[in-house]
Amino acid sequence: MMEFPGQLIYWIVVVMMMMGFYIVIAQGNFVKKIVGLNVFQVSVFLLYITMGKVTGGTAPILADGIEIYSNPLPHVLILTAIVVGVATTSLGLALVVRINEEYGTIEDDDILEQESDA
Amino acid sequence: MITDHLVVLQIIIPLMAAPLCVFIRNANVTWALATVISWICLAISITLMQQVMATGEIIYELGGWAAPWGIEYRVDMLNAWVLVIVTSIGAVVTPYAKLSAEKEIDNDRLYIFYAMLLLCETGLLGITVTGDAFNLFVFLEISALSTYVLISMGKDRRGLTAAYRYLIMGTLGATFYIVGVGLLYMQTGSLNIADLGNLIPDIADNRTVQAALAFMTVGLCVKLALFPLHMWLPNAYAFAPSVVTVFLAATATKVAVYALVRVIFTIFGGVDILEAVQISDVLIAMAIVAMFAGSAVAIYQTNIKRMLAYSSLAQIGYMILGLSMNSVLGVSAGLVHLFNHAMIKGGLFMVMGCVVYRIGSAKLDDMAGLGKQMPVTMGAFVLGGLSLIGVPLTVGFVSKWALLQAALEKGWWPIAVLIVISSLMAVIYIWRVIEVVYFQAAPAGRAAVKEAPLMMMIPMLTLIGAAYYFGIDGTTTMDIAGRAAEALIGGLK
Amino acid sequence: MTPEQIIPWSIGLPLLGAFGIWITGKSPNLRESVTLITAVIVFVMVASLFDNVSAGDRPSWVFGNMLPGLSISFVVEPLGMVFAGIASFLWIITTVYTVGYMRGHHEQNQTRFYICFAVAISSALGIAFSGNMLTLFVFYEILTISTFPLVTHSGTPEAKRAGRIYLGILIGTSIALQLLAIVWTYTLTGTLDFTPGGILEGKVAPVMVSVLLALYIFGIGKAALMPFHRWLPAAMVAPTPVSALLHAVAVVKAGVFTVLKVTVYIFGIDLLQATDAGLWIAYMAATTILLASIIAMRKDNLKARLAYSTISQLSYIILGAMMASSLGILGGAMHIVMHAFGKITLFFCAGAIMVASHKTEISQMNGLGRKMPITFICFLIASLSIIGLPPFGGVWSKWYLALAAADTGQIIFVAVLMISSLLNVAYLIPIVVRAFYNDPDPETQNDHDDQGHDAEAAHHPGDAGGANQWKIGTMREAPIACVGALAFTAMGCFVLFFYADRIQAFLLPILEGANG
Repeated sequence: MMEFPGQLIYWIVVVMMMMGFYIVIAQGNFVKKIVGLNVFQVSVFLLYITMGKVTGGTAPILADGIEIYSNPLPHVLILTAIVVGVATTSLGLALVVRINEEYGTIEDDDILEQESDA
Repeated sequence: MITDHLVVLQIIIPLMAAPLCVFIRNANVTWALATVISWICLAISITLMQQVMATGEIIYELGGWAAPWGIEYRVDMLNAWVLVIVTSIGAVVTPYAKLSAEKEIDNDRLYIFYAMLLLCETGLLGITVTGDAFNLFVFLEISALSTYVLISMGKDRRGLTAAYRYLIMGTLGATFYIVGVGLLYMQTGSLNIADLGNLIPDIADNRTVQAALAFMTVGLCVKLALFPLHMWLPNAYAFAPSVVTVFLAATATKVAVYALVRVIFTIFGGVDILEAVQISDVLIAMAIVAMFAGSAVAIYQTNIKRMLAYSSLAQIGYMILGLSMNSVLGVSAGLVHLFNHAMIKGGLFMVMGCVVYRIGSAKLDDMAGLGKQMPVTMGAFVLGGLSLIGVPLTVGFVSKWALLQAALEKGWWPIAVLIVISSLMAVIYIWRVIEVVYFQAAPAGRAAVKEAPLMMMIPMLTLIGAAYYFGIDGTTTMDIAGRAAEALIGGLK
Repeated sequence: MTPEQIIPWSIGLPLLGAFGIWITGKSPNLRESVTLITAVIVFVMVASLFDNVSAGDRPSWVFGNMLPGLSISFVVEPLGMVFAGIASFLWIITTVYTVGYMRGHHEQNQTRFYICFAVAISSALGIAFSGNMLTLFVFYEILTISTFPLVTHSGTPEAKRAGRIYLGILIGTSIALQLLAIVWTYTLTGTLDFTPGGILEGKVAPVMVSVLLALYIFGIGKAALMPFHRWLPAAMVAPTPVSALLHAVAVVKAGVFTVLKVTVYIFGIDLLQATDAGLWIAYMAATTILLASIIAMRKDNLKARLAYSTISQLSYIILGAMMASSLGILGGAMHIVMHAFGKITLFFCAGAIMVASHKTEISQMNGLGRKMPITFICFLIASLSIIGLPPFGGVWSKWYLALAAADTGQIIFVAVLMISSLLNVAYLIPIVVRAFYNDPDPETQNDHDDQGHDAEAAHHPGDAGGANQWKIGTMREAPIACVGALAFTAMGCFVLFFYADRIQAFLLPILEGANG
């Protein structure tokens, strides 16, 4: 059971990931799909951030008397991934706005119905 | 020396040009800029190819930070080959784009279009050139985000939903990929592709590593639209502006295939991973289903752009089939088809771009009688179609020959038979079009249709001509693909 | 010009000619002169190779590599020489005939017609001279594609349907079976060069020989072995010169020529003899001979009857090849020549009848021989040659085939050949009898009752007189260009009777390396 705290975080990641994935698949509303997508992505951010932590380590700033530092690289990577995620979300939402203008709805079923008529 | 920095210039030049387009805002000037940049990129990639052929692998450390801590760009035979494919398609697409884009995209947003086109090319080139697994993700997203914008720029509102659906699928795929990268980083502490290739053999039995492979493979298969992860592709190709379709069909899926090759044969290259975890059986099964399902669905399409999109799914099946044969012949067949299909499909979508430019529709019924009215364009379609079928003297034949040879070398009879049968299905869907175009009279209400403008015709004929040039002399392409394949497989044997 | 230079020129010149035809398309006289001149020059060039080949020389020319280790290359050997000679010689005659036919018949799109025709001839020569199986396959496919616009020339729904069958069967068999066989051969042997004595000896397990052979023979759809024969009757919607030269000579002969090439130079007669791999295909060929003849008897449409007759005759050649004996190969090769002259004459006659009287059905031809005596006499001569009666060329090839059958102990094949000759009599001779001895039916004067079979004639009903007839006294013959051409080829049937030994002597070297 010593490893439990260490593994707990993986459980959180997996549960979040599946929640996000489920929302993306199951929701017909285009905005809610993007919410799900964000949950999905954030779970991966968590995965990276937690793996950077070194037990007993501190923030990776060079200072006297400190021997153990956490690994900063995952943070840097995720900083990039966050930026990408924000860009994706904003672009997705912009598309939803345009879809709403064109179709008058953002529900998947209604849009499919309109497209099959066309 | 500037030549030392060619590798990074390949990325930086289009990357810098993209925001410049947004500042300039004038459609014609941005077009000219994009054209010049795309030709510069082509020149750089050809130079790189020559360097690689002469001196072997080029390694470039970004910012002078040594790998595996810094990001390194690494160009070997395989990347150089893919770079040439992407940049040469870019170089013929930009001149073609001017008229086609003016017709199909709101004219006050043209500068965005060119900016996005350049950004997309940057992303694709970045994926190809980088030697860092996480950096690859960043470029994957750069190209993906710009692609979503490009797809949504058409005047057909269905382009918006196609772009949205692609955004959801694409983001899921890319996220799957970084999960895989993360798992590998946990186990090895490295993100450098070559370094990973050295570290993984020792821990190949580790469940986490195998899970990483699964995540990365699935993520990239979404990007390259392997059945059954292909749902985003047909609508995206059908409703995007024609010139965007040309560019994407000829480059985007190809680069994703390249990324998959890197994962399987370089990152996991030290172990015979295709055999070890039996993903080759899965990939082969999916590839064969794709070959048949793609062609079968293509036969029933009424929109020809959509038909060609389904045909692309089948062709991607050929590439994956070749790669998953896990032999030098098989991999080189897959790689040579990467190039060959880029020319064929690029050319065919350009034909459709010309058709849309003149009659404003890509529907089969509307194309009746075009054989007489647009003889050159439709002649190009026939030639491209023959190449898709794989008639001798075309690049399609070279690919099919290589693939059949690879299958027979392994003694895989049933697969060889399936390859030829599925290629015959192409005869059906191509011939449907030819019959309508040549044997049906033009619809009564349609005004006289002129031949496509020269500026669109020349790039189109260039690609179709290339499809025949490299079909008559397939030695160059087969040689390069063979050398790349040997380098990839060489790690094993 | 050295023999090596003649090879590319003779293949390339028809293509140049096609370009010339395209440029001069506006002026029919100029266009047809270009065709004729090209045809003559090509024939002269091909003929000039004859002495070299006869002397044992094998001129060769390499275009370049198509795939690593596989080149597009050409070698002239006797079998190919004979095929090329026939194709290029009959092109001249057909061109003359075509001028009369197309003008008499007021066909549309004549320029496209002449261009495709020239391309088809170029690819037939490519097939004839090809030095390896890849080259042969390349030209085989070009021939299929270049003849497609000729088959669908009229653009009617019927032509479109025929085009589908044509392309479906020819492309389908060649890609699904033949290409597979070729790649398999390459994987086994690492070469595709046509080598005297074959390349497969010792490289393939005996049981697999018959599988591979079946892939080749059925993959060569142009040889029209049942069940892949339906494209040939379908192709008859094409204008008659196409049926005459391409679907009685160039295309179908390209098919059986390929069969012979594969038998002699890929498998080698010895291998086939040792494994008996060809025997069951020989039975298929025998069945095709008889079935196609029986179907031919039941066809009222003249061109359809001739088409089934062609299917039957092609299987003679396949039979000859599959018996795997030297005599069989010789007989088959000679039958390529003999049948070419006979069948082209018959088709020329069918076309002449159609132009002069707009009749396509045999049942309408009562008494027509009195109006068109030359045509029907030539029809009789060609029929006798096809049947295999002296003094016409056809007798020799049948003689060798029968000898081969007796030699290999397959008495049943001798019987098949004999029965088939009787069937030939039964479906060819009554046409002539009807034309000369029956009284003309009054209602068949009207040319409108043939619709559905003759879409072309429907374009100009009532056009019974004028440019499409050549009148002397009571004769109402086709234009003189047509009649001259068909009389010439009928003469050829006769002349060949006396030259059979020279052809045989010329062909003998292809059997070197085989001891059978």
